[in-house]
Amino acid sequence: MTASTIPAPTGGADRLVVKPPKAKEQRGWVRPVKYLLLLFFLCVVLMPAYVLIITSFKGPGDATPDRAWLLPREWVFDGWTQAWQQLAPALGRTFSMVIPASLISAFVGSMNGFVLSRWRFPGADLVFTLILFGMFIPYQAVMIPLVELMQGLGVPSGVPSLIVLHVVFGLPITTLIFRNYYAGVPQDLIEAARVDGAGMLRTFASVILPISAPAFVVVLIWQFTSAWNDYLFALFFSNSRNGPVTIALNFLASGQLQNYSASMAGALIASLPTLVVYIVLGRWFVGGLMAGSVKG
Amino acid sequence: MRITRRVGAALVATALLSVAACGGGGGSGSGEGEVEVFTWWAEGSEKEGLDALVGVFEEQNPDLEFVNGAVAGGAGSEAKNVLASRLQTNDPPGTFQAHAGAELTDYIVQDDIEPISDMYEEKGWNELFPEGLLEQLDQDGEIYSVPSNIHRANVVWANPAVLQKAGVDPEATYASLDEWFAALDKVEASGAIPLSIATDWTQVHLLETVLLADLGEEAYNGLWDGSTDWGSAEVTAALEDYAKLLEYTNSDRQSLDWPDATQLVIDGKAGFNVMGDWAEAAFATQDKEFGTDYVTFPVPGTDGVFDFLADSFTMPVGAPNPGATEAWLDTVASAEGQTAFNKAKGSIPANTEADTSDFGPYQQTAIESFQQDAIVSSLAHGAAASVSWLTDITAAVSKFGSTGDVAGLQEGLVSAAEQHLES
Amino acid sequence: MHHRLKRFGPPLLLISPTIVLVGVFVYGLIAVNVNTSLTDRHTRAPAEGYVGLENYQALFSDDTFLFSLRNLLLYTAAFLAGALFFGFLWAWLLERGARGEGIFRTIYLFPMAVSFIASGVVWRWLLNNAQGDRASGLNRLLGSLGLDFLQTSWWTHERWGILAIAMPAVWQLSGYIMALFLAGFRGVPDELREAARMDGASEWRMYRHVVFPQLSPVALSAIIIIGHMSLKVFDLIMAIAGQSNYTTQVPATQMWIEFTRSDYALSAAIGTVMLLIVAVLIVPYLVATYRQERSR
Repeated sequence: MTASTIPAPTGGADRLVVKPPKAKEQRGWVRPVKYLLLLFFLCVVLMPAYVLIITSFKGPGDATPDRAWLLPREWVFDGWTQAWQQLAPALGRTFSMVIPASLISAFVGSMNGFVLSRWRFPGADLVFTLILFGMFIPYQAVMIPLVELMQGLGVPSGVPSLIVLHVVFGLPITTLIFRNYYAGVPQDLIEAARVDGAGMLRTFASVILPISAPAFVVVLIWQFTSAWNDYLFALFFSNSRNGPVTIALNFLASGQLQNYSASMAGALIASLPTLVVYIVLGRWFVGGLMAGSVKG
Repeated sequence: MRITRRVGAALVATALLSVAACGGGGGSGSGEGEVEVFTWWAEGSEKEGLDALVGVFEEQNPDLEFVNGAVAGGAGSEAKNVLASRLQTNDPPGTFQAHAGAELTDYIVQDDIEPISDMYEEKGWNELFPEGLLEQLDQDGEIYSVPSNIHRANVVWANPAVLQKAGVDPEATYASLDEWFAALDKVEASGAIPLSIATDWTQVHLLETVLLADLGEEAYNGLWDGSTDWGSAEVTAALEDYAKLLEYTNSDRQSLDWPDATQLVIDGKAGFNVMGDWAEAAFATQDKEFGTDYVTFPVPGTDGVFDFLADSFTMPVGAPNPGATEAWLDTVASAEGQTAFNKAKGSIPANTEADTSDFGPYQQTAIESFQQDAIVSSLAHGAAASVSWLTDITAAVSKFGSTGDVAGLQEGLVSAAEQHLES
Repeated sequence: MHHRLKRFGPPLLLISPTIVLVGVFVYGLIAVNVNTSLTDRHTRAPAEGYVGLENYQALFSDDTFLFSLRNLLLYTAAFLAGALFFGFLWAWLLERGARGEGIFRTIYLFPMAVSFIASGVVWRWLLNNAQGDRASGLNRLLGSLGLDFLQTSWWTHERWGILAIAMPAVWQLSGYIMALFLAGFRGVPDELREAARMDGASEWRMYRHVVFPQLSPVALSAIIIIGHMSLKVFDLIMAIAGQSNYTTQVPATQMWIEFTRSDYALSAAIGTVMLLIVAVLIVPYLVATYRQERSR
C-alpha cells in the first residue's frame, strides 16, 4: 500500500483470524446464491491478474487488440526478459531502502508504543494524537520545504533520502500499532518488574521486548509493503537512475512505444516481493490491518 | 537484557552502514581532462548519434576524456529533473543538452548557463549557421548554446496505400488546410483513421503547425514576442481549423504517445500523421521505403517555412573543466561532428558546411528546405516559448481535447500569453 | 519534584527523538510550507516578498483547479461507496461461514499488497479508451459479450472520467474493508445474537437491530481510512492517465505540475489546500479519539 495509512484504535494483534461461527440454518436457495456471488466476485477480482499473466507471456505480434483476452498463441519470455533488464537494478535498490527503513521505524515505534501505553507521562495522550496526525497528512503539504531540507542536510537523492523519509513518516503508524499491542499487556507483568526494582529501560528490554515478536512481524510487514509500494516520495526524491522499483516500473510502462508484455511482466516482477510476503505471512498481514483498525 | 541492547545497537549500526554505503548518489562532475556530457540520449538512434559524435570528439581531442552522463527516457523529462537537482546543489555537469531557444530561459534567469556569443564570434560560427537560425537562437541579444542537430516539426507523414484506397492521390500536395480537409474526408469515408495523433504534447505540436499555416510565418513569430494578439480573429480561425482537424483523429489519443500514432500510419490503419522528422527513424527501422511505403510533405499551408527545433549543448556556470567543455562545443559545432551525429540520428546538421551527400532521401528534402526556407521556432519543443508558458498552453490544449470549447481554448491561450509575456 | 523527574524523565527521553522528528518534519514543515505559499516565489530563486493570500485567490479563480476539486469529491464519493459496498457485501457473505472461506478471503485481499503503480499498469490496459474494432481491454470484452453499447471512453470522458479511476481503487481496497467488517461481525458477542433470537427476532431483524449497529465503529474507521486515502489520490492517476490529462486532474497532480515548472509558491498553496481538506475529515476524528482515550 502506498505510504502509511489505515489503522486506528485498539484491538490486540492476537485477534487475527477468528474461527467462523457454527453453520446456521439457512433457507434452501440462500446457500447456492451465496456461493454463486462469491465465485462471481472471485472472477472479477482475479480478472486483472489473468490479464497481467497472459499479456506478459505474449510475443511481439500477439498483443494486438483483437487478441486482447485470448491466451498467448505462443508462451514467450520476451516481455519478462525486457522487464527484468529494466527493473533488476531498481529491485536491488528498493530492498536496500525498504529493509533498513522498516527495521529502524519498527524499533523506534516499539519504544514509543511502550512509553505511550504502559509507562506514561503527563500529556502522553496529547503527544500520541499529535504524532498520529502525521500519518494522515497529505505529504504534498510538506513536500516543498522537505525537498529543500533534504538538500540542505546534504542527504543524497535516491536510497538514502528515501530511507530517512520512510523512517520519519513511518513513525506514526508503527507507534500506533505497538501502542495498541502493548495496551493488551497485563499490568501485573509490568508491576512485577517494577517491584523487582527495574527502571523503564530494563522493563522494556526484559519484559516487553521478548513478547513483542508478533507485533514486530506485523509492523515489519506493514512497513515493508508501504515503503515498497511508495511512489510519491520516490518521485520527488529520486529518479530512474537511483530510485526504487515503482519509479522504474512507471517509466517502463509509460515509455514511448507501448510494450504491453514488458510492462505487464514488469508489474508482476515489481509486485512479487510484497505478494510473497502476503502469501507466506498472510495471517500477520491481516493482523496488521486489524491491529488498530477496529475500535475494541 | 544486555543481549537485547547489543541487538538494538547492531540494528542501528547496520542501518547506518547501509545508508552510508548507498550514499554518493549524484554525479561526480568532471575531473582533470574530462568532460561529463549530460543528455537524455540513452537509447535508440539518439544513442547511436551520441556515440558517433563521441567518436569524432575523441579523434579531435585525444587527451580529453568523454564521460557519459546520459539519463534515459521520457523525451528528457527524467533528465531534466536530475539536472534541476544537480544545478540546485551546485554540482553541474561539464555540459548539458537542452532544446535551443526559449526553453533555455529558465536556465538563463537562474544563472545556470553562460552566454557564448563571444565564442560564436571567435570561432566563426556565425558564418557556419544559417542567419535565420541564429536569429531564433538569440535570447535578448546573446546566444547560449551550440545546436547539434536540427529537426523539422511541420511534416506530414502519409501512407500511399491507404490514400489510394480512399481515392486520394498520394502525390498530391495541398496549398491550404481547407484543401486537406477534403482529402481527410475521403480517408474517413474509406474506413481508415484520417489523421492519427497521440497525447497532449502531440496535440500542441499539431496546433503549432496549424497556427503557422493560418497565420503565416511573420504573425506566427509575433505570437512569441507580443506583436501578434492571441485574442485576434485570425487566431480564432486557426483554432477552429485545429478543432476540425482534431475531429479527424483517433478517439484513444490520450493513451498513446507519438510512436503509437506513427505506427498507425505505418500499419496502414491511418492515412496521415503530423510529427517532427524524428519519425523518420520509425519508418527506417521497419525498412519502409521513402516514396513507396510512405510519403512526406510540409503541413498544408506551411510550404516554404521550416519549423525548427534543435538539441544543443550549453556551457554551465561553474562547469568543472571549462576548457574541456569548450573542446566539446567545438566538436559539436564542427562539420565532421555534425555529419557523424546527424547521419546516425536521422536529423540534419545546423552547420551548413557539413557533408550531407550520403544522407537519406527524406533528410535531403529537409536540408534543402532548411537552407532555402524561412525558419521559425517550434512551440512544442522548446524553441519558441519557455517551459512555464508551454505548460500553460499544454493545459489549455488538454482541456480543449475533452471539452471541444474553442472560445475556452482561446481564452486559455490569451491568459497564458499575458502571464508570460510580461516577464 | 525529584520523584516526578525520576518517573517521567526516562519515558520522555525515550520518546523525544520521535517528538523532535515529527515536530520538525510534520509541524515545522507545514508551517514553512504555509509561509512559502504566502510569498511570490514562482521560480527556483528565493522569494522576494509576501503577497498575502494572492496565490490562494489565483487557485480558486482557476477553472482547472476548481475542476480538480470537483474531481476529487466525485472520486472520493465513488471510492467510498464502492469499497464500503463490496467490502461489506463480501464480509456478510463470508461471516456465516463458507466452505473455502480462507481462499475467498485471501484472494479478495491480495490486490492490497500491490502498489498503485503496478495496478495502474494493468488497469490502464483495461480502461483503454479505443472503441469499436480497435478496442482493447474492457471495451473489447464488452464487445465480445455483445455489450457494445456499454463501451465508453472511460477516463477520457469529459465529465465523468475520474470515476473510471475509482474502479482500480475499489478493486484494491474492498478486500481491506471486507477484513475490517469481518472482524467487526465476529466481534459481535454470540450472546447478543442468541438473546435476539430468543426474543423471537427473525434473522434479518437480528442483523438489522443487533449486528449492524455494532458495526458502526467499523464503518467509521473504514470511512476515515478510505476517505483520507482517496483525498490524496495521485499514483493511480499518474500511472493510468499521466500528469497533464485534463479529465483526471486532481489537486495532487496540479501540485506536481506546478512543482515541475518550479512555481514553488503556487505548489505550496495547493499542498496547504489539500491539508485543509484532509483536516476537515481527520481532525474531528482525532479529537474524538483523544477524548475517548482521556476518559479511560
